[in-house]
Amino acid sequence: MSRSAYSTPGKKGKFDKHIIVVWVDNEAGVLARVVGLFSGRGYNIESLAVAEVDAKLNISRITIVTTGTPQVIEQIKLQLKKLVPVHKVADFKREDKNVIFKEMALFKLVGNISKRNKALKACKKYNAVLLDKTNKSYVVQVTALRREIDTMSKNLKKLGLVSISRTGAVAMTRGAEVFK
Amino acid sequence: MAKLSTGAEIVFKCLEDQNVEFIFGYPGGAVLPIYDELKNHSSIKHILVRHEQGAGHAAEGYARSSGKPGVVLVTSGPGATNVVTALTDAYMDSIPLVCISGQVPTHLIGTDAFQECDTTGITRPCTKHNWLVKDIKDLSKIIHEAFEVATTGRPGPVLVDIPKDIQFQKATYTKPKKDKKLNGKHHKRFNQKDIDELIRLMSKSNKPIFYTGGGVINSGPKASMLLRELVQATGFPITSTLQGLGSFPGDDNSFLGMLGMHGTYEANNAMHDCDLMINIGARFDDRITGKIDEFSPKSKKVHIDIDPSSINKNVKVDLPIVGDVQDVISSTIKTIKKTKPNFANSNKQKISKWWETIQKWREKKSLDYVNSTETIKPQYAVQRLYELTKNKDTYITTEVGQHQMWAAQHYKFDKPNRWMTSGGLGTMGYGLPAAVGVQIAHPKKLVIDIAGEASVLMTMQEMSTAVQYNLPIKIFILNNEYMGMVRQWQELLHDKNYSESYTAALPDFVKLAEAYGCVGIRATNPSELDDKIIEMLNTDRPVIFDCLVDKQENCFPMIPSGKPHNQMLLGPKDQEQNKITGKGKTLV
Repeated sequence: MSRSAYSTPGKKGKFDKHIIVVWVDNEAGVLARVVGLFSGRGYNIESLAVAEVDAKLNISRITIVTTGTPQVIEQIKLQLKKLVPVHKVADFKREDKNVIFKEMALFKLVGNISKRNKALKACKKYNAVLLDKTNKSYVVQVTALRREIDTMSKNLKKLGLVSISRTGAVAMTRGAEVFK
Repeated sequence: MAKLSTGAEIVFKCLEDQNVEFIFGYPGGAVLPIYDELKNHSSIKHILVRHEQGAGHAAEGYARSSGKPGVVLVTSGPGATNVVTALTDAYMDSIPLVCISGQVPTHLIGTDAFQECDTTGITRPCTKHNWLVKDIKDLSKIIHEAFEVATTGRPGPVLVDIPKDIQFQKATYTKPKKDKKLNGKHHKRFNQKDIDELIRLMSKSNKPIFYTGGGVINSGPKASMLLRELVQATGFPITSTLQGLGSFPGDDNSFLGMLGMHGTYEANNAMHDCDLMINIGARFDDRITGKIDEFSPKSKKVHIDIDPSSINKNVKVDLPIVGDVQDVISSTIKTIKKTKPNFANSNKQKISKWWETIQKWREKKSLDYVNSTETIKPQYAVQRLYELTKNKDTYITTEVGQHQMWAAQHYKFDKPNRWMTSGGLGTMGYGLPAAVGVQIAHPKKLVIDIAGEASVLMTMQEMSTAVQYNLPIKIFILNNEYMGMVRQWQELLHDKNYSESYTAALPDFVKLAEAYGCVGIRATNPSELDDKIIEMLNTDRPVIFDCLVDKQENCFPMIPSGKPHNQMLLGPKDQEQNKITGKGKTLV
């Protein structure tokens, strides 16, 4: 017999990675409500991106990358929909071909010019933009997938990468359709 | 130009337009403007409690017994933090509460001012929604929305935090909008196809069961009437959760008693063996399901609930029906009448075997206990209380623990809204203030708090409230000097190490009653119990009844945690018959 007043955990299902997009009223405390729901119920947040997308209607769009069993993902959506300032919730599987996912990162590179240019070259296929340049340093902007930025930041270490700032993933469906 | 009102006036205009008659509260610095305005609004009566938690639970008792939202008014800082337990309790048990709290003036927010706390931050996870009013122009709209959110969809608590400067500022008052939405939102509603599928499952089933919960109560008294009709129209057995008691008559033959951890043998076995489970307004709570992997393994499961997030949360179901219980049952009955008018009769044969099995389980008489002529058995005390009050349309509240389970097992309810108990949060100290709220809502009715001596001491100060407002509540304490449920678990699971579960110093409850200005009665043996209960019932004042009961009694039957429904521990009578020896004996 269990020595606890509660049952022991049951079988755990397989975890999937999902991107949850939430449209909310841009008001004080709304992000705390969304994030508090995740932490309070033990859901996972891998990354988070939030900004106002409609200044007239006062709507913000929150993009959350999370993992969970199908049951947990379903709960996340239903619990989010219950929050009063939430208008709609979309959910995409990470492997969904119909959805574009992007993250942006800023790299600060310090070192001699040849090292820095090598680094810049390595960034090329990720829409690299040179934002700042001194005779000692570069600040480079890239937009790519999460794992690509992960790899980049690893590889650039030896090429003078001293600081990284990155956003959470944002997502949008391909084609003309809009999520209702 | 339209007439301008102060924030405090707007609060009361909102309450008036929301037909609020009572507010439960406690004044303090940050709500003084609102308290100052109270004198100008004679239709609203303020009940002064002795602790803000008491205000919250009293409002819960008021709401649960009347079907109307309970309103709480507290000050900033400690006033707000004291009400958090009650808000969480209401959140877990889906009780509509509107809590208005004062806050330090807007220019002091964030400065650690006197009696400042982040009230909206603290109450965010224990309310359906909360608001910090930063602009007087939003105040009336926010309070009206607060009532709408609290009372629609799955009901629950909300909080409106009003800084003191806003209470003084002026704006025009706006009336509530007429149209009601769920949570301020529209949800997908069930359709006729769902109902047809439900009826198809019902007519196919050989071993059906209704499993009903607090959602039936929350749906209103009509839902309970319809539930009775549905059970009659189908001939199916029915069991209820703790919160659902009263939605179906407890003494009806179709009723198998409460299910779950301390539910009856027949209810739990029927849940385990059924082939069709129809959950109406319950939520597959862990005290109900036991071990989830072995929960009712062979059944098709239907879940009727107003809250879409309740569906598939703990248990995967085959047919979800999202809607108000009353609407769903009403559609189901209509469809049965139209398509299978003779359903109950034609189905009788099919489920007769099932009823025979249930009858065999019933013969176990799992609620039986070994009575005594020397000491009062707690179950006997509840049974006598029931027998002596059953014809009085009695309202029962409870605290939390063994006495609560004995009350649920042995007090039979036949109407909804008569049973107020803290189920989800399990808040010791709920019952006494809840009884205050119930008596406020039903001044002429008999209101009894079946209590434990440990629980009731947590909010005992509210006796003073009862005396102030002449509320003749009866506090019926099953006094065993232990935190009984804690002691029971320690006996069964922690080798009888009764760590800190015995209260070595208790007040003399009779003298305590007298100190509060109410009446104290003590019963010490079974032969005097009836007379003393009658004496209590004949006292038209608040009473504390100190019923000294057997100190060792345990609450059975019981599903030990981590076990499925069909592995119950039964009481001592059954154990004697089955001669459990050795290791098994130490477990029971």
